[in-house]
Amino acid sequence: MILLSNTDLVIAASLVVLLALLSLRLQAGISGQLLIAALRTAVQLTLIGLVLKTLFANVHLGWVSLLALLMLLIAGREVMARQERRFAGLWGYSIGTVSMFLSSFTVTVFALVVILGDSPWYAPQYAIPLLGMLLGNTMSGIAIALDRLTQSAWQQRGVIEARLILGEQASDAIADLRRQAIRSGLIPIINAMAAAGIVSLPGMMTGQILAGAPPVEAVKYQILIMFLIAVGTGLGTLAAVVIGSRRLFDDRQRLCLDRLRAKS
Amino acid sequence: MENNQPLLQVRDLRRPMLGPLSFEVHAGECVCISGPSGTGKSQLLRAIADLDPHEGEVWLEGEPARSIKPHRWRNRVGLLPPESHWWLPTPGGHFADEVNLPAGELGLADDIMDTPVERLSSGEKQRLALLRLLANRPRVLLLDEPTANLDPANTARAEAMITRFRESTGAAVIWISHDPDQVARVGCRALRLADGRLTSVEGEAA
Repeated sequence: MILLSNTDLVIAASLVVLLALLSLRLQAGISGQLLIAALRTAVQLTLIGLVLKTLFANVHLGWVSLLALLMLLIAGREVMARQERRFAGLWGYSIGTVSMFLSSFTVTVFALVVILGDSPWYAPQYAIPLLGMLLGNTMSGIAIALDRLTQSAWQQRGVIEARLILGEQASDAIADLRRQAIRSGLIPIINAMAAAGIVSLPGMMTGQILAGAPPVEAVKYQILIMFLIAVGTGLGTLAAVVIGSRRLFDDRQRLCLDRLRAKS
Repeated sequence: MENNQPLLQVRDLRRPMLGPLSFEVHAGECVCISGPSGTGKSQLLRAIADLDPHEGEVWLEGEPARSIKPHRWRNRVGLLPPESHWWLPTPGGHFADEVNLPAGELGLADDIMDTPVERLSSGEKQRLALLRLLANRPRVLLLDEPTANLDPANTARAEAMITRFRESTGAAVIWISHDPDQVARVGCRALRLADGRLTSVEGEAA
């Protein structure tokens, strides 16, 4: 494996600066955001690199759990921030976070214990990257699905109430929206699986190959990860949409849009 | 009806800026509610249909709403909102049985059930919404200006259909209307909602 020097990274960074200058000239109005995002990447990844280095040197379930919890809470905040209309109060944060916990954590622990079977099962070299990939994808799926659900409930409240008025149960009145929300949450991972290897070479596999792993072994890992991501995203999206669509109604099955808050 | 129990009883119903309101409607009876806009007439009907949270109680045939499952309640206490909504491509899909519908009695074309919803006029949609509601055979009809988009001929047809339904099934009707002539044509009892209070109109005939 070719080790990268700081100079190598500076060269890559100067390319980003060049892009920023170019877009500044074209008045695209995105240069500032681009540079800040690039800076965040450098700082955040350096920090997590140091954290992982320390974690690898001190393998302990407590530390691994603490980092995992931190990742979950930050992902939960991210899901909430991506909602145009989120649930008011604690619900806005907890629907996404609980769903991610139910799906990503369960799937990660299952994969670590049953499939990988390393000893100890929480070995951070496997646990943290696996959880990271699962959380990242589940987070997107849940955010898209919840956003779709609450937005369309807001826009189609007339239809939902018309169906309630005609004697439908709340779960039937919202069934179409629920289906669309689940679909929209799952389409990215379905597309990714369909295009994998043909259109795109997934990042993890590429990384392993760059690190010197035999391609076929890297491919096996990638297939495993894709399947885990699909299951994690699917379960998380289902959980979030089921909880969310129930929360849209009260105990008398009234549509409660006052439980949503528009993004300010 | 063999006993004198009201079909629908509203007791101390309250919404923000509305009530407390108490009144009764008997089987086969029609009550018209008029009053300035913005006084909560629609809110009142939505509360009776249990679409909005409210204080107080509504009873149907001696049973309180809270003891009846919400979807059954709304099936029996049918609201016709001012605007109709359609979620399938054609009106026909919204009816369990499209064959035996008296669409012609409302002046609707024979092929109306297969016409794409987006090609329907607001008047056609309003009449179809009435048909859709009556197909459920509710015990109580809550009508929120059911003829607002209709010309005089179709208004008369809709009024006749509602009256026929009321007389043949013994349903109770609460009808919001701004038109005093309409109230006189169909209303058995006229009430006025203003400043959150219901008053009888009978004493102050114009």
